[in-house]
Amino acid sequence: MAVNGIHDMGGMHGFGPIEREENEPVFHAPWEGRLLAMIQTVSVAIPGGMRSAIESMDPAQYLASSYYERWLHAREQGMIAAGVLTAEELDARTEFFRKHSEAEPPRREDPDLTTRALERWKTPRSPHREVGVVPRFGVGDEVVTRNMNPPGHTRLPRYARGKMGVIDRVHGVHEFQDAVASEAEAGPQPVYSVRFDARELWGESAEANGRVYIDMWESYLDAA
Amino acid sequence: MSSHHPGEHHPEPEPYPAIRTKALESLLVEKGLVSTDAIDAVVRAYERDIGPLNGARVVARAWIDPSYKKRLLENGTEAIAELDFVGSQGAEMVVLENTQAVHNMVVCTLCSCYPWPVLGLPPTWYKSAAYRSRAVIEPRAVLHEFGLDLDESIELRVWDSTADVRYMVLPERPDGTEDMSQEELASLVTRDAMIGVAKVRAPAAVS
Repeated sequence: MAVNGIHDMGGMHGFGPIEREENEPVFHAPWEGRLLAMIQTVSVAIPGGMRSAIESMDPAQYLASSYYERWLHAREQGMIAAGVLTAEELDARTEFFRKHSEAEPPRREDPDLTTRALERWKTPRSPHREVGVVPRFGVGDEVVTRNMNPPGHTRLPRYARGKMGVIDRVHGVHEFQDAVASEAEAGPQPVYSVRFDARELWGESAEANGRVYIDMWESYLDAA
Repeated sequence: MSSHHPGEHHPEPEPYPAIRTKALESLLVEKGLVSTDAIDAVVRAYERDIGPLNGARVVARAWIDPSYKKRLLENGTEAIAELDFVGSQGAEMVVLENTQAVHNMVVCTLCSCYPWPVLGLPPTWYKSAAYRSRAVIEPRAVLHEFGLDLDESIELRVWDSTADVRYMVLPERPDGTEDMSQEELASLVTRDAMIGVAKVRAPAAVS
């Protein structure tokens, strides 16, 4: 479940100025890099996907967690859900490393596994699906976004529901990420970049001369 | 910022996420799902090779080669692949051109989606609640914080990367760079300019 979660932040107030770090390192601690690399190289399908697991975090925990802490949460939940490991063995191993801070994970040198993992990482799967679906809308068509509050993962942000926009680009037919998360039987759909006038999204208080472009799957849209 | 004081050597307990990640790695290694070499290689690649210099090379090439620029704007994925910048979070790329009349900037309000093969991993501010929440509702105020005050006559386009497309901005080539080589031009192009929160500046005139 990830309905209208804290992750859907567009337009919220109260997070203050944008704090930048001069000469920021790629990783602030080695574990961040190890975690990222594991996510990139371990080929296990996570039921519902990583995004859904992050979005179902407790909102207060989400805000208090760093980017990589959220990923860690989602990854361990996903590995447990996929049946790759159990919460008990992960907890037990965590306790071991807490007591033995000098200990390191065992090394596995497996050239075949390494080659396969790196090959997969370097050649990402295209989101395009050649399934013969003809896009319903073309560039310049006026559309209105649906006002929907689905009981799971969606890529339609709250700030852009029930709004009038114009099709700006047709990206092609892509896998539908809402369905991937819910494991629903919904095939690939056309994806569009939809252009919204800032005043349509934010009313009279909108800044001058602004547009927001949002990528949307076709099922988010009706003809205006 | 650090609680470490020179001369003191009390070993501090490792933070929980570091310990938890070790536990996760050790279990995945034991179960044969990952090799240590693959993890090491990916960490090294993001630390050393996959960063904003890649995107800067794309930009510099587009500035000096009009036919490449045309291909880049028509099909970002293929044109970027010509320079071998392919990989995770770059399967579908769109490049947006900044001009005197139009300024583009990129955000991901739902997550922190970012074009890794050309820009590397995102900076912390890009992933922050402040940037994600504000970039769509008050982008000019955000740009002001980055030191960029855009005239209201310039149309500001904010791109929210909600799906599987990743966006990169092609900044304007600054005046006074006509005689520079592709490599020299690439050295001027910053990460922030390719996110669209800054402009590329020409080097201070030397006379």
